Amino acid sequence: MTEQVFDAALALLVMGVGAWSMMAGRITSAVIIFIVYGLLLSLVWVRIAAIDVALTEAAIGSGATGMLLIAAAYKTGRESGARETVSGSLHVIAVLLASSVALGLASLAFVLPGEPVSLAGDVLRSLPDSGLGNPVAGVLFVYRSFDTLLEKIVLLVALLGVWSLGSDRDWGGIPGLKPFAQKHSVLVLLARTLPPIGLTYAIYMTWVGADVPGGAFQGGTVLAAMWVLVMLAGVRQIPRLSSPALRAAIVAGPVVFLAIGFLGFVSPGQFLAYPQGFAKPLIVAMEIALTLSIGVILGLLSAGPSNGKDAR
Amino acid sequence: MSGPLLFWLAGSALIGLGVYGITVNRHPLRKLLALNLLGSGVFLLFGVIARRGAAAGLGGDPVPQALVITGIVVAFSATAIAIALLSQLQSKAGRTSLDDEPPDEEDRS
Repeated sequence: MTEQVFDAALALLVMGVGAWSMMAGRITSAVIIFIVYGLLLSLVWVRIAAIDVALTEAAIGSGATGMLLIAAAYKTGRESGARETVSGSLHVIAVLLASSVALGLASLAFVLPGEPVSLAGDVLRSLPDSGLGNPVAGVLFVYRSFDTLLEKIVLLVALLGVWSLGSDRDWGGIPGLKPFAQKHSVLVLLARTLPPIGLTYAIYMTWVGADVPGGAFQGGTVLAAMWVLVMLAGVRQIPRLSSPALRAAIVAGPVVFLAIGFLGFVSPGQFLAYPQGFAKPLIVAMEIALTLSIGVILGLLSAGPSNGKDAR
Repeated sequence: MSGPLLFWLAGSALIGLGVYGITVNRHPLRKLLALNLLGSGVFLLFGVIARRGAAAGLGGDPVPQALVITGIVVAFSATAIAIALLSQLQSKAGRTSLDDEPPDEEDRS
């Protein structure tokens, strides 16, 4: 009973806050409400027994996306201020369209086929062969590792896309992120005290991801958050985008992933297959490299394209 | 009503809100926000389907859950690109509107 009341309240809250973020007057408020929405949504994910997704939603869906959106809202949202919408009849049509989509999907809940299809049994049956304990990590790195590889490539392409939007002669310079370099501010204090804790936590998240919820993505996001904090506070200089160490960190994850993938041709005879008995150490090695790359890529995505300083 | 059913209804409502937000809002950043809301609603429907597939002692089917994790990351990448395009639009054209009419003053490209 208590659980049902909690679920009902949570569902209402998520819908309400979601609607609020669509209706909010100022664009910056809308973004901040959206971040709150993301955090509430991760509670929903916990309630439907998807802890890995809850962590990803809180870290990426709410945190990292929110960070980009806030920066964009302050940069581009100023001149229009109030919420501008289409007028009159178009608005009515949009409401009708949106509510019919929502009602149509909602009604599907009552006509879904009675016997749910599940691959949970299959996943658990062959999970011990990989040495992993977390079934979601098993799916990500064993059964559907090709998806996971391509997902990292998508991140890489996104970063290239963001970089390409700077002008050609600025290529490889210092990103346009402006540090708030005020001495003795709280931000500087946080940027000096939090990173050791954050770093430890990121390593922990990555390490335990093989057996319990967590993993490279969640760990990498914590890493990125710490780095962005350091860059924003001006505690450390933002590196040049052409710096070889930076480029190496960006591609480390995909390169290790691909190398282990090609190793599969040698030992079990298939791309992205792991040699018997070595699955877990190889996966953990991949996750460590991926954590580094994800942290750096996410940090650079928020830092934006080069502003031309120190370009070459 | 059971939890998963409630969350299915919430997910449907979120998709509806997202569709509404994308269609009526003029500011591209608000459209982007709505797109993210729509996406999270779709992921939530996926999550409920995963929950329905609870079996073999697991709380949910791990396959759709893993797909949702990949989906969240891809949605984030798309958002990052969209934001970069948007800030480029603003610095090149001096406006953030997607309307067809040219900016009020001279063309600043």
